Amino acid sequence: MAANAETMIDIDHLWSIFGQGEQAFAVHQDLCLQVQRGEMLSIVGGSGTGKTVLLRQILGLLTPGKGRVATLGRPAAELCREGASARVGMLFQHGALYSAFNVLDNIAFALREQGGLPDAVVREAAMIKLQMVGLKPEHASRNPADLSGGMIKRVALARALIMDPPLLLLDEPTAGLDPTSSDEFCALLRQLHAELGLTVVMVTHDLDTLFALSTRVAVLAEKRVLVSGTAQEVAQFEHPFTTTFFQGERGRRAMAPAPHTAD
Amino acid sequence: MTDSTPRLECQSADAAPRIVLLGRWGAAELGQRGQWQQVQRLLAGTDADAAWDLTQMAWLDHLGAQLLWRHWQGQWPVQLHASAAQRAMLQRVAQFADTAAAPAAPYYFGRTVEKFGTLILAALVHGRDVLLLVGQLWLDALRLLRAPHKGPWRDFSGHLFNMGATALPITALVGFLIGVVLAYLMALQLRQFGAEAFIVNILGISLIRELGPLLAAILVAGRSGSAITAQIGVMRVTEELDAMQVMGISHGFRLVLPRAMALALAMPLVSLWTTLAALMGGIVASDLVMDISPAYFWQALPGAVQVSNLWLASVKAMVFGIWIALIGCHWGLRVKPNTQSLGAGTTASVVTSITMVIVVDAIFAIAFKDVGF
Repeated sequence: MAANAETMIDIDHLWSIFGQGEQAFAVHQDLCLQVQRGEMLSIVGGSGTGKTVLLRQILGLLTPGKGRVATLGRPAAELCREGASARVGMLFQHGALYSAFNVLDNIAFALREQGGLPDAVVREAAMIKLQMVGLKPEHASRNPADLSGGMIKRVALARALIMDPPLLLLDEPTAGLDPTSSDEFCALLRQLHAELGLTVVMVTHDLDTLFALSTRVAVLAEKRVLVSGTAQEVAQFEHPFTTTFFQGERGRRAMAPAPHTAD
Repeated sequence: MTDSTPRLECQSADAAPRIVLLGRWGAAELGQRGQWQQVQRLLAGTDADAAWDLTQMAWLDHLGAQLLWRHWQGQWPVQLHASAAQRAMLQRVAQFADTAAAPAAPYYFGRTVEKFGTLILAALVHGRDVLLLVGQLWLDALRLLRAPHKGPWRDFSGHLFNMGATALPITALVGFLIGVVLAYLMALQLRQFGAEAFIVNILGISLIRELGPLLAAILVAGRSGSAITAQIGVMRVTEELDAMQVMGISHGFRLVLPRAMALALAMPLVSLWTTLAALMGGIVASDLVMDISPAYFWQALPGAVQVSNLWLASVKAMVFGIWIALIGCHWGLRVKPNTQSLGAGTTASVVTSITMVIVVDAIFAIAFKDVGF
């Protein structure tokens, strides 16, 4: 399970275009990005720079205007075919839990859909994932409508992890979590990364998470990847966005302990 | 058998038997049909106190770890060769595996009685809510009369277009066809008595007084009633209703009132339009089957149908419209923030509004039995 140099995501001169005719505007222009197996990549950028759009492109939920997106060595459009949950897990920004199912059934859904496992095994596997993300067994029978924002995030994470997919995409995973939960989340993700060799791509505004987890940071600005490198390298980059983002008060506060926590 | 298939080898050449696990023991592989049973069979044939070797596995994830932990019956094997990461995973599975989800509450007879009682109470609550909605509509209408310039007129005109103007093609088509069907049906019967000329009376009364408004109302209930419930229901799901409330904007005044007003105005017009289309169908069919000329039909119609029938039909259609809007809003406002409730609410809305239309129609038929004949 060692990190060998295998390209998990290959984005080649991607154009993401919204609107039609004269109102059309590009969110990405000639954007190139590669993610290798075992990386933990954070994508940062101001509002409207197309971070979520980039995740959706990687998943094949959007069609590139121009250029090419390959995920796990195949065109992204082919990713979401049958069995996709074993290849990729996605944590949506607002959870996107199935509101008709309770928490346990939400988590177990992909595993149960496979149809090859006895129900007791599926339930136990879902219970393990449920507790892994810090939820309590009594939350299993609740409905998504009765969960707090932080709990929705955890359930969504457990659901994304149910098949232990090699590629995990996270859209603002720690937004709405309290600091302790955020730290637990980082610890869990680091453990999974170590044990399963997960590749993680996350969109985050949370500098603590960013410094604690990412092996690489990509800054989206000016419709492309402005710079990518370790958090420390990116923070030194001269650009209005990176300067305010990393050198502002919040950035300095988060960076101060970084040399100790980053391993 | 491919390289990734989860499998094991028992090596018992030397003194201590040794079980070597091979392949990918992951959710994707174990979840394939038949694979789980296959692996269970393999595991069942192993020696209880053998040494386990996990170091040659291609992949082990939580499901594989769960399978092994269950096979070991919640005990660490005496001899285990595994990497630190695999041990950590087994440890985590061991920690969480024994807590079962809360079992479903057992059945007892009292629950059936309780359910029945809840059903009756729910029906009463619905009745009360509709009463509240009607009262609120009156209050909102008074508020509008007192300050007409502050009314939700833009919403009103939008709804009027969506619920009225866009309903015209479908109502015309259905009305026309029903007119044709009725005329053909009646022609057969009337010919037996040589009373073909009475087709004008039959079609005139039945279409203008009953079928025109009823058809229009049923179509509008299906089109607009469901749309109202879905619109308001989605606003509940996306918390827009809460946002409105926080801004001090009354749901009754901004959501229910413009819809009720729009349908109150649109329904009589759509009903009249449907009636006209149905009469057209009747006229065409009478001309074709019975050689009753359109000129005669038009000439005889005023004599056969009193004008009061038209008024009755219009008032009836207006009441239908208000009820459709109110019932649509009622179910929309009751939607809970999940998809199932939205679907159930929309279904219930259409079913109740169509039922209500027919009930109201029956009440009108009895109450005005002496009018217009």
